[in-house]
Amino acid sequence: MNGSKQKSAYDRMVKRVSPKSEKPKSLCKAFFVGGLICAIGQGLKDIGVYALGLDLEDASLFCSFCLIFLSALLTGLGVYDKIGKFAGAGSIVPITGFANSIVSPAMEFKREGFVTGVGAKMFQVAGPVLVYGITSSVLAGVLAHILSLLGR
Amino acid sequence: MLLMYVKAFVIGGLICTAGQLLLLYTRLTSARILVLFVTLGVALTFFGVYEPFASFAGAGATVPLTGFGYLLGKGAIDGAREKGFLGALSGGTAAAAGGIAAAIALGYLAAVLFTPKTKE
Repeated sequence: MNGSKQKSAYDRMVKRVSPKSEKPKSLCKAFFVGGLICAIGQGLKDIGVYALGLDLEDASLFCSFCLIFLSALLTGLGVYDKIGKFAGAGSIVPITGFANSIVSPAMEFKREGFVTGVGAKMFQVAGPVLVYGITSSVLAGVLAHILSLLGR
Repeated sequence: MLLMYVKAFVIGGLICTAGQLLLLYTRLTSARILVLFVTLGVALTFFGVYEPFASFAGAGATVPLTGFGYLLGKGAIDGAREKGFLGALSGGTAAAAGGIAAAIALGYLAAVLFTPKTKE
């Protein structure tokens, strides 16, 4: 039983040495920043509906546009990367992260030219997202149509 | 109205926390997580789950990338209802066109205007 004793001593050492609560902390940060971005989005939506008199669909587009604009600006200024280091998925999952994934490589590959650099590399992450998003949407639409033809 | 902000904050935060869990405990890169989320959004929309969820959570459901999938899926399904196969083909991308165009155009503009800081 000396082995298990040794093992628990080792476990204790690992617990002591390894950075404590790094994972729960990063989850909290992702929750807080992601939630904040969504709350800002709600504010922009409300501005669209109540101040600009848009319908819900246009207000959503207005909200997306403002968030994408802010994300592009903050990425350009180098601020969004700092937010990203702090927030992890909290800055990746919202639409601002999608915009960041376009702007960041577009800027970085400017030195390779405006066509094969900016034009091509801006889709490094956004490309797959659009491929899978659009393809699955076509699939969903076709399936919905087939189901309606079958009389459901 | 304040409740809507609380819901947007909590639900949006939870979706991002799910993304962070995937980052921490799987080997998925952020690109794969985004692909997963957008596809999940389309699938949940197809099964009729995301629409009530979006009207409950507001921006908490539409701002995360699953909401982008919702927009695509809803557009395609509505298009299919109105125009059949052609609507199924164009509806999703048409619904998401504003967001896609904004991200591409502003991304290009930012690349023209800004040069990234040298990495340390």
